[in-house]
Amino acid sequence: MTDQERIRNFCIIAHIDHGKSTLADRIIEMTGLLTDREMQEQVLDNMDLERERGITIKSQAVRTIYKADDGEEYVLNLIDTPGHVDFTYEVSRSLAACDGAILVVDAAQGVEAQTLANVYLALDADLEVFPVINKIDLPSADPARVIEEIEDVIGIEAEDAPQISAKTGQNVRDVLEAIVKKLPAPKGDPDAPLQALIFDSKYDSYKGVIVFCRIKNGRIAPGDRMRMIATGAEADVVEVGTFGAGQFLPCSELTAGMVGYLTASLKNVKDTRVGDTVTNAAKPCDQALPGYKKVNPMVYCGIYPADGAKYPDLRDALEKLQLNDAALQFEAETSVALGFGFRCGFLGLLHLEIVEERLEREYHLDLVTTAPSVIYQVHKTDGTTLSITNPTNLPDPAEIDYMEEPFVAAEIMVTSEFIGPIMDLCQERRGVYQSIEYIEATRALIKYDMPLNEIIYDFFDALKSRSRGYASFDYEMKGYVKSDLVKLDILINKEEVDALSFIVFAGTAYERGRKMCEKLKEEIPRHLFEIPIQAAIGSKVIARETVKAMRKDVLAKCYGGDITRKKKLLEKQKEGKKRMRQVGNVEIPQEAFMSVLKLDEE
Amino acid sequence: MPETKKDSGAECGIYLHIPFCVLKCRYCDFLSAPAAEETKEDYVRVLLQEIKEKAPAFQNRTVTSVFFGGGTPSILKAGAISNLMDQIRTGFAVSDDAEITIECNPGTLTREKLAIYKGCGINRLSMGVQSADNAVLKMLGRIHTYEAFLESFELARKAGFKNINLDIISGLPLQKEGDYEKSLKKLLRLRPEHLSVYSLLIEEGTEFYRLYGEDAKIRENGGKPQFLPEEEAERRMVHRTAALLAESGYQQYEISNFARKGRESRHNLGYWRRSDYLGLGLGAASLVDNHRFHNTRALDDYLKYEFSPQEEEVIDKKGQMEETMFLGLREIRGVEKAEFYRRFGVSMRNVYGKVIDEMSADGLLMETEQNVCLSTRGLDVANYVMAAFLLD
Repeated sequence: MTDQERIRNFCIIAHIDHGKSTLADRIIEMTGLLTDREMQEQVLDNMDLERERGITIKSQAVRTIYKADDGEEYVLNLIDTPGHVDFTYEVSRSLAACDGAILVVDAAQGVEAQTLANVYLALDADLEVFPVINKIDLPSADPARVIEEIEDVIGIEAEDAPQISAKTGQNVRDVLEAIVKKLPAPKGDPDAPLQALIFDSKYDSYKGVIVFCRIKNGRIAPGDRMRMIATGAEADVVEVGTFGAGQFLPCSELTAGMVGYLTASLKNVKDTRVGDTVTNAAKPCDQALPGYKKVNPMVYCGIYPADGAKYPDLRDALEKLQLNDAALQFEAETSVALGFGFRCGFLGLLHLEIVEERLEREYHLDLVTTAPSVIYQVHKTDGTTLSITNPTNLPDPAEIDYMEEPFVAAEIMVTSEFIGPIMDLCQERRGVYQSIEYIEATRALIKYDMPLNEIIYDFFDALKSRSRGYASFDYEMKGYVKSDLVKLDILINKEEVDALSFIVFAGTAYERGRKMCEKLKEEIPRHLFEIPIQAAIGSKVIARETVKAMRKDVLAKCYGGDITRKKKLLEKQKEGKKRMRQVGNVEIPQEAFMSVLKLDEE
Repeated sequence: MPETKKDSGAECGIYLHIPFCVLKCRYCDFLSAPAAEETKEDYVRVLLQEIKEKAPAFQNRTVTSVFFGGGTPSILKAGAISNLMDQIRTGFAVSDDAEITIECNPGTLTREKLAIYKGCGINRLSMGVQSADNAVLKMLGRIHTYEAFLESFELARKAGFKNINLDIISGLPLQKEGDYEKSLKKLLRLRPEHLSVYSLLIEEGTEFYRLYGEDAKIRENGGKPQFLPEEEAERRMVHRTAALLAESGYQQYEISNFARKGRESRHNLGYWRRSDYLGLGLGAASLVDNHRFHNTRALDDYLKYEFSPQEEEVIDKKGQMEETMFLGLREIRGVEKAEFYRRFGVSMRNVYGKVIDEMSADGLLMETEQNVCLSTRGLDVANYVMAAFLLD
């Protein structure tokens, strides 16, 4: 139906807030496939959560028809990419599904760390990249400077880059023409054995797993027997189609060069891993498409239902989320303080927060989350090695020869006035200085090797506040480094609270222990008796605070006959108590477990 | 409001709210404010009408207590009070030995008023003296001096009132324990029949809340307040009060109430024992046949003869049990097990055994064969104990 010459498969890459989603909206709008009614504020960002955070989490795609100046109709497949460092692998697979990329750069802010990271990913994937200067309507816009910067820093031609305002729609048509003229058409062989790249998958309770793919070679139609090369899973194709805006449009077959979806009554996204190759089981291709890798969680934390009776609900919800999120891992664990819950693995802190919010928002679960932990390698004196994701499982110090923690290579781009504070921050977080490069007179790219566990706490927040929001940040996993680590335990009324234990660099243990005790003192309500709060390493107490005993909790007056008011007060009191966790004879509010995650707030 | 189904002779209390005062005290969060003379007259007219309209449903009841509360009921012209009493006697069967109380503010009482009160059958006065220390009275925003109170008190005694309550506040900002005790002793020398001693509560929406709200929160969280007495000092004042009053021959019968033998307030006991009461006037709350409701709290509406029941709530058996416990525990004698069984056909232990055991183990409750009551320590943390008696 459509020959490959008139297909363009592309993505938009940009730093957060540089206008990726707005440009996508304009493109969809101007290609006229949507009625005004269908035109939501941000068509690509389906999830509320994404909209609120202004970022795109899971890649999605949309197909539009554009009648170009040459009079031909072109199929434009816009593949959306996640915009966060936690999802680098997913980004790379989305890019691999494209033939070209539009690089959106803010006319006022210029090139940012994340822009660089994504451009390099795109160039690595052999994509044709052309830049677009966005937000030229801003008073602070300086397109000439930004063009120069793109050419200097990234090294791609930017002289004739469309200068647009995605917000007002100004010059967006230039972008559409550039897509047709500058980006290459796909060059697949429709008659070769099927090779389709999975760049996303979604679970739908009616259709089962919906696989988002780019057909590199061959063709696929309902009734074909398909096979996923990496997982080995096979299934009969039920439906194939393309992406309308926010809807699936079934068609008779997908052929080389096309971007679309297929369903095969698969029950679990585990079988359809991003980056895997789909082929025809009856006539398989020789080899898989390059670049597949199994993504592994980097950050772990315990997630517990606030109400113990909701444990099965939490399990169901995690299973459902996992249908759509192959990177999410979880296994059951128990905590003395928190009861039954799950140790969950995430790609990064943002991924963790997203899952947590979805559990609360979409599944209406009230959760208690423990401090996030990275994976520590524990080398025991007997020569064996353990991977520890839960501090509670750390062996006795006598059995430990040495420990290693994961380091990342971090890149921070910042204007020169903030270089000092940012370097201080990196040093406080045990960063190992690598280099500093000036991109232009007032901006620099700072590189540090940093322990991942220093980043997963509140590094983003600290970075933002110390650079007044101007710093941008990117990191990638580097490897394991030997480190002096200790397990810090928290004792409340002399009882160790397992859910509050964590592994920390020995040099900062005292400081962290002290802050935790102070924070917990604020969070734990007064009881009828005095409660000591202690931080300890092994049997050595390094910090202590005390919650004073409650002397008084009585209403002198009872408002005449207004008993209802009195009862409401008592009910509130009882309700508050219900939301607490019993440790020994101390009731600890759920919030206390979470509050210790944010120790550095002033 | 439910049609009352009680047999002839079933007892009931009546509360009349008079929402006016000369000047709003700085700690007060009751429904009361200064008003023009005309407004007060309009109000009494509506209140008379309300009594008239609501009385028929209570034909079979015997009214054993009437309470004029406020605000400052004594701010009204004495004739208004006697008209209201007349209307009550016309509509309700008020028993001969009924306790009939009026709250009065020293400074608003006159010989004439007292004579009229006496004449219409009022037999108990509740006087808001709060303190015998003029500096404290000024700080509270009271309109009277201690001397003015003394004068009123003498007048009341001379007029023949043999049952007088004094309202006293402890735990005031910057109050020294010694000064408080001195003031209390001074008041005890007057030998009132009844004392209500309240530890100051900083209520939202009051002038005191603006001044001391932050301070109160600091204290609540175990910190050191700047103006209010520290928690320990506040408790010492409360405990000292109980000790002094016991020495002086008063029996503590409720968290904040003390009386000479036989002088306990029947009307207030009715609240803790869940007897029926009908509230009349602005915002007044009622309990009638296990229905709780109240009048509108908007004066404008009330003055338009709007006195239909608001937020009527039927208290089911579970709610009745809860109330029986958390209200009953306000009494020093606590809740009688036999009474509980009589009301609900199930033993208190069956319903609350676990809570009673836990609280007793913590030394907050005391249990005997006959009843369950708060311990001395339990009185300090009564809310904590009472909240545990709410059922899931």
